[in-house]
Amino acid sequence: MLAESLALSAVLFTIGAIGVLTRRNAIIIFMCVELMLNAVNLTFVALSKVYGMAGQVFVVFVMTVAAAEAAVGLAIIIAIFRHRQTVDLENINLLKG
Amino acid sequence: MLLQEATTGAHPLSGSIAELVWLIPVLPFIGFLINGWLSIASAVRVGPRDPSAAGHDAAGHAEDHGHGGDSGGAHGDDHHVAARHKYASLVSLVGPAVLLLSFGLTVAIFMAMLGVSREAPFVRTLFSWIPAGDLHIDAALQVDPLSMVMTLVITGVGTLIHIFSVGYMQDDPGYPRYFAYLNLFVSFMLVLVLGASYPVLFVGWEGVGLCSYLLIGFWFTDKANADAGKKAFIVNRIGDFGFLIAMFLMFANLGALDFAGVSAAAPALGLNSALATTICLFLFLGCAGKSAQIPLYVWLPDAMAGPTPVSALIHAATMVTAGVYLIARSSFLFSLAPVAQLTVAFIGALTALFAATIGLKQWDIKRVLAYSTVSQLGYMFVGVGVGAYAAGVFHLVTHAFFKALLFLGSGSVIFAMHRAYHATHNHDDAQDMRNMGGLRRYMPVTFVLMWIATLAIAGIPIFAGFFSKDEILGAVFERAHESTLSQVSWLGIPGTTLLYVIYAMGLAAALLTAIYMTRMMLYTFHGPNRSGETEQSHLAEAPWVMTGPLVVLGVLSAFGGWLNLPALLPIGPIGVLEHWLEPVVGPATAAVTGSAAEPAHSTEFALIGAAVAIAVLGIIIAFVRLKPARLVPKAQAPEEQGIERVLLNKYYVDELYDRTIVRPTVWVSRSVLSQGVDQGLIDKVLVTWVGTGIPRLFGWFGSRLQSGQVGTYAWVLLIGVIAVLGAFTLR
Repeated sequence: MLAESLALSAVLFTIGAIGVLTRRNAIIIFMCVELMLNAVNLTFVALSKVYGMAGQVFVVFVMTVAAAEAAVGLAIIIAIFRHRQTVDLENINLLKG
Repeated sequence: MLLQEATTGAHPLSGSIAELVWLIPVLPFIGFLINGWLSIASAVRVGPRDPSAAGHDAAGHAEDHGHGGDSGGAHGDDHHVAARHKYASLVSLVGPAVLLLSFGLTVAIFMAMLGVSREAPFVRTLFSWIPAGDLHIDAALQVDPLSMVMTLVITGVGTLIHIFSVGYMQDDPGYPRYFAYLNLFVSFMLVLVLGASYPVLFVGWEGVGLCSYLLIGFWFTDKANADAGKKAFIVNRIGDFGFLIAMFLMFANLGALDFAGVSAAAPALGLNSALATTICLFLFLGCAGKSAQIPLYVWLPDAMAGPTPVSALIHAATMVTAGVYLIARSSFLFSLAPVAQLTVAFIGALTALFAATIGLKQWDIKRVLAYSTVSQLGYMFVGVGVGAYAAGVFHLVTHAFFKALLFLGSGSVIFAMHRAYHATHNHDDAQDMRNMGGLRRYMPVTFVLMWIATLAIAGIPIFAGFFSKDEILGAVFERAHESTLSQVSWLGIPGTTLLYVIYAMGLAAALLTAIYMTRMMLYTFHGPNRSGETEQSHLAEAPWVMTGPLVVLGVLSAFGGWLNLPALLPIGPIGVLEHWLEPVVGPATAAVTGSAAEPAHSTEFALIGAAVAIAVLGIIIAFVRLKPARLVPKAQAPEEQGIERVLLNKYYVDELYDRTIVRPTVWVSRSVLSQGVDQGLIDKVLVTWVGTGIPRLFGWFGSRLQSGQVGTYAWVLLIGVIAVLGAFTLR
């Protein structure tokens, strides 16, 4: 059971990471980040079977932070969209050397 | 170190008044602090002066308004305030009084020394100064016959000159500053002669150099004076380099720097060894700088820019003789290096002759005396060079008497001339002998005393200079006949030949000395007065505070020879000074003379006769050849031609040094070091190219990494994470 759970979270994490790396739409990247977070959460929960309850407590923390992050992140994306009429990250590159 | 402490513990002087030897230099230093503080305090209260407010219309433009010599006749004192300094009376009390106290203490210690054994020096260790590994130097003072002679001369003559200064400088606005510097000078000079090790001596050595600089440029508002001070300081640095190298060599090879330690270890160097010769020659370089010998003599004539009492004290009687003292003090080293001794003697003789020829044609009264000083210092070096240390120190002492008298006398003359010119608003040169003449009618005391000093320096019997000069020349002749010096060769010249040449040069210099000194007297005091009709009515003898010290020095110049009478003349105790110095320089003298027999009395009489004949001849030549009546004042004087012009321009040595050393150095500094190295290499290559180029390259590279593409960052982040994880896993 543990092995399957870890394998699933690894797959989910990889999908999320690939999504972050390859997609250009900010919303999708954002969703992929959430996917990665939740893959980690799954790992925490699965390993709490072996190492104790601390992992499940961590999951609560991660979900709290993720919620806050989602609120701020979406607000930023909306602000960018209002400003530039696009959320394509290829075009959002003003901050550079 | 241990050995030395053991000897001092049992020294007969320990526990006596000699324990207070540290007070001798400290007393003038206290005077320096008081006078210096008064100078600063008054300067703060008065604030910056407006030069235009103190011009000719200022109140107090009275008869007594005037300060002493200002060089070059620039008449720069118009900017000075006529009124005396507000602290003048306090300063006049403190300045000479501290010297008098020092002198009294010195006499007391001298008296204490008379009754006890003087074989070993009495070393008073004050505190540990430089304890650093193998190097251990104490701040220690040494009381021995040589240092006592020097201390007596410095405090004694110094006191007289301080008293003279009270009159000479009375109206100078920098009065407290002057006495502060003068006190500081004496303090350092006493450290120089009392120090028990080379580093302590060096502290005094540098200190007197500083005070010399400060006092030469005392009237620094005139750029020429400030330049003269700088010249003295810079030329002395060359000499100090030699002194430092000598000390390094001593420490590296002998492991000690105190006189007792070095003299104990010195024989290990070996007679005539290259190392001993090198150390001695470097020491002599230091002496040549401080004591104005060829090739470093050029600063001394320029040093006459300072007030005349300063010339008397620092640049005639005391500081410039420090080199002679150093060689006498290092006699244990020089006796190991006959080649260095011959070098010292030869350079001394060359300087004596060379400077004397220049003295023949100078018009500035102080410059005549300056070249005379250089010349007489040459004599002293001949003396200590041939191992006649007592004779060299004897000449040092008598020279301190008669040259201080000559300088102070010339100070009186300049003082009188300056007053006269000031009263009549004449802006002529108060130091040029062509503007003087016939002063004996106006200043009879100075006239008589100056003649005494002139006869003394010329070497006329019974006057002090006769005995000391004759003793040096006699010693050279004896050494040429038979000594360790006559057996070595110097640059291929046999020692005997060289010593006879030195003797001949000494005689020639004696002849020239008699001529130029008589010339100075003739032009200054004899013949008609050339200062002008109205000026004559203002010429007068200086006040008693100035003539008093002159009288004392006159007595000393006349009878100073009794300090060290030759065995031939049974008119008093024989060879007192030589006997007194025996514990310090006796072994070194014996090392030179070896087993040579005393010369026959007939030879000695012949030598004395020759010296006297030469001196008398010189005075006669001057009286016959020179016609003071034909002189015209400076303003109307024609240009000199031929050899006279060369002599007047001092053989163009200053110009030669300027072309060969100063200008190339300045050129190298400007073109190579400043423009090439500083602006070219450092500013352009290192700062501009390297210093800004490399950060810019890195910056360009770094800014390329920051593309603004979040995707790229994410990739870099991922690669980084994989790299870190990989590193941890594979470790």
